[in-house]
Amino acid sequence: MALNRDFVGRASAPSPPYEVSRVKIREFATAIGDNNPIYRDREAAQAAGHPDVIAPPTFPIVFSLAGGSILADPELGLNFAMVVHGEQRFEYSRPIRVGDELVAVSTVTDIRSVGRNELITVRSDVSTVEGEPVCTTYNTIVERGGAG
Amino acid sequence: MTATIKYDDVETGQEIPAVDYPVRRVNLVMYAGASGDFNPIHWNERFAKTVGLPDVIAHGMFTMAQAGRFVTDWVGDPGAVVDYGVRFSSMVVVPDDEQGAVITVSGVVEEKLEDNRVVVALTARSGDSRVLSRARATVRLP
Repeated sequence: MALNRDFVGRASAPSPPYEVSRVKIREFATAIGDNNPIYRDREAAQAAGHPDVIAPPTFPIVFSLAGGSILADPELGLNFAMVVHGEQRFEYSRPIRVGDELVAVSTVTDIRSVGRNELITVRSDVSTVEGEPVCTTYNTIVERGGAG
Repeated sequence: MTATIKYDDVETGQEIPAVDYPVRRVNLVMYAGASGDFNPIHWNERFAKTVGLPDVIAHGMFTMAQAGRFVTDWVGDPGAVVDYGVRFSSMVVVPDDEQGAVITVSGVVEEKLEDNRVVVALTARSGDSRVLSRARATVRLP
């Protein structure tokens, strides 16, 4: 089914704050096989000029996965069983670090057909609860056969 | 460990040697748990085949993380990454055997920008397939 184009420009409410923990960063780094001490050891992070341990560049996927609530809206018409990941991008104002409390606001920036597939792009603006911008993520997912 | 590569020492066209990243089923199970992406195509061969896949495939984000690790290991400080984007162009099929699959990542310095920023173009392959396209990381170097 074609996706509802009325959703372009629609923004989510701010997500509940996500608290970045030392344990979660270590778990994520271990899962991607990355032994960099800056993900585990405060002193190593400080030696690199960071206040504390930072997270790997792809870590925001843990809490910004595809702008959740908008994509789940039945009015959009997305069939999750046919979804694959198309593109992903992260733009950083600064690294994510231990203790950050992060809030994401997600906006549908584009819906288009490519061949028989439907593509939808969601931008998530991630900031601290104090309002400091941290990163912007762009997630394009593909609904296979959606335009067919 | 601060960034070990310096802006003035980097030249456009410079190649960053390829690194092999093995991936086995256990790595996908760990990634599912850590990321919260429990789509069964990444761990259940029976389910993967019912939706037309050849076998279990790696999370695209797992592959993106390996290419990210390639960049951060080159730079030293992961905080140097200011922009990182990819397109997922092919699947990484991970059989349930002792070998699993291998993701091979290489890079080339594509451009030097102002503010000590450097753009690295990345290539990621598994088997005969190019698994990422338009993969670029921008890092800010000392």
